[in-house]
Amino acid sequence: MAGHSAVGWVDIVVIVGYLLTTGYLGWLGYRGTRTAADFLVGGRSAHPLIMAVSYGATFISTAAIVGFGGVAGMFGMSLLWLTFLNIGVGILLAFTVLGEPTRRLGHHLGAHTFPELLGARYQSKAIQVLAGLLIFIFMPLYAAAVMTGGAVFAATEFGVDFEVALLVFALITAAYVIPGGLKAVMYTDTFQGIVMIVAMIYLLWFTYASLGGVSEAHQYLTGMADLVPGPLQAMGHQGWTAMPKFGWGAPSYDLWWTVITAIILGVGIGVLAQPQLVVRFMTVRSRRELDRAVPIGAVFILLMTGTPFAVGSLSNAWFAQHGPILKGQVVKEIDPAKSHALVGLMKESSPGHWEPVINPKTKQPAMAPMVVSGHETVQDAQGAPLDLVSGRAPSVVYAKGEVDQIIPAFITTALPRWFGLVFFLCLLAAAMSTLSSQFHTIGTAAGRDLYERITGRHGSEPSVLVMRIAIMLGLLMSVTISYNVREEYVIARFTAIFFGLCAATFLPAFVAGLYSRRVTRVGALASMVVGLGVSLFWLLLVKSKEAAAIGLVQQVTGGKTSILIDYPNWPMVDPVVVALPLALLTLILVSAFTKPADAGHLDRCFSRTPDL
Amino acid sequence: MLGIPDPMVLAAFLGCIAVAAISVIYGLVRRNAAVDEVTREDRAWAIEEKKVEDEL
Repeated sequence: MAGHSAVGWVDIVVIVGYLLTTGYLGWLGYRGTRTAADFLVGGRSAHPLIMAVSYGATFISTAAIVGFGGVAGMFGMSLLWLTFLNIGVGILLAFTVLGEPTRRLGHHLGAHTFPELLGARYQSKAIQVLAGLLIFIFMPLYAAAVMTGGAVFAATEFGVDFEVALLVFALITAAYVIPGGLKAVMYTDTFQGIVMIVAMIYLLWFTYASLGGVSEAHQYLTGMADLVPGPLQAMGHQGWTAMPKFGWGAPSYDLWWTVITAIILGVGIGVLAQPQLVVRFMTVRSRRELDRAVPIGAVFILLMTGTPFAVGSLSNAWFAQHGPILKGQVVKEIDPAKSHALVGLMKESSPGHWEPVINPKTKQPAMAPMVVSGHETVQDAQGAPLDLVSGRAPSVVYAKGEVDQIIPAFITTALPRWFGLVFFLCLLAAAMSTLSSQFHTIGTAAGRDLYERITGRHGSEPSVLVMRIAIMLGLLMSVTISYNVREEYVIARFTAIFFGLCAATFLPAFVAGLYSRRVTRVGALASMVVGLGVSLFWLLLVKSKEAAAIGLVQQVTGGKTSILIDYPNWPMVDPVVVALPLALLTLILVSAFTKPADAGHLDRCFSRTPDL
Repeated sequence: MLGIPDPMVLAAFLGCIAVAAISVIYGLVRRNAAVDEVTREDRAWAIEEKKVEDEL
């Protein structure tokens, strides 16, 4: 899709105004109570709105909105199960079951980072270093997903190259996070969260209103099931309002395993062990504050993920009704009653003469399922008469199969220009609030968890220098990854990889550490090693998309994209499904045969009556 | 119902709204149920946290 025209002066004024407002709020925060820690030091309570929206703004990024919204545009509304888990697990379960024990344990042990929490709980330097290393190496992958999401939209919205948009986005990020954005000024996060809320409410209302209402919109989308592109149907896509075909042992079930294991379970469960989110619980002053944040957090996540997933799916209906007219020659009638047909797309080579459009990837004539709305007789390139049809197609066609383009294409084509700018600010807000916490986590992982633990020097100047260098390195790594990797639904995949790795490596040891006195240091370390090892093995050699992109598996197997490529569905299964149960099993078995920590340490960890 | 014939997708659509509603009810019911006290330990932790942030 062509983007809007180049950046105008109004755009620049609005964006600069937004950045100045963010900066002003940050400056105001610096003068007074600014972070959650400040509230706690002062013995004051942050408003639940501030706590919840600040947490939500850190949780939700451009990856969820552009990346996963685009995946919903491709695979359909089954992705709403991820929204269900985001709320049910990421908010309700996390706040009510894990929040208070995490807060209490962190304060009892004086832990300030997630690796430090694990290390202190299990009295293990190795655990802290391993966790810090994983975060330092892999967090840039997630940050790259967030940056790609913002840059893809900016490129489409302002009609500039992706590389230019990425560079500008990286510069804005650096300008935001390096001088002070890392301090997670809660008012700034809240302002960003409110921008996101306003944009999502309008987007949701516009989409349903332009399709005639909620039921009408869904009904129309249901009627488009036969317009699902052939390659997706072959994977088990049954329409945008239907679950993918479920089963095992045939390629026609691949989509179910991709959507459920990688997209929904990996991210839905992985949120529980996200280092930058876990530390937020420690900054809360009490259980009451956590309880009060649950309602706002839940509604925020409903809007932030439910909206893009619903809108991404419905964009197919909008383009089929209102999208730009495409022209071509009918190759096959799909449903004559609905004027659905598979059309070979054509372009006008000279006035009155038409020739096929060639797909640059396949070098074959481009085909698209379409709702045909008109016929005319023209001539082909050789001058022979040709029945040229015109019509509209689902959004996946306009995005040329590039999932990450679906949301940007919808916003720039369907919505008014002013909203494109508001949406850009929404994405900027989503990206900045997440990126600042990501780079904060990368910095502290390198400084506190790696440098200080390995050298034994605590709170020293060099440690701060290491943190700053790590943040710069993390930023450079993220930009490099974003610049070089532009494959299908890369935003969602990078996010899913990081969330899955965190779940498999940290979740059993983290949750058991909060609740069990019996789990041992050796058990926790073994569980983390197994979770990480199995995940990496699966990513390198089994999960075909990731393994093929990394390239090791081709060398091992002589060109195959998975060591299990001959066994259908296995190459689609996400590592988390295998690695997490194995990590849990390891934790239980090894803990059963090893000695728990001494009673004094456990009493300190699980004490409910701290010194008042 | 609601134009979504697949019961699993409909369950996801309604489930999102339901779990958000449960969360709202939970927050309202538990609004003042838990204790709200800041201990010396909490304050000491926050002072150290502030130091980390300021250094960075």
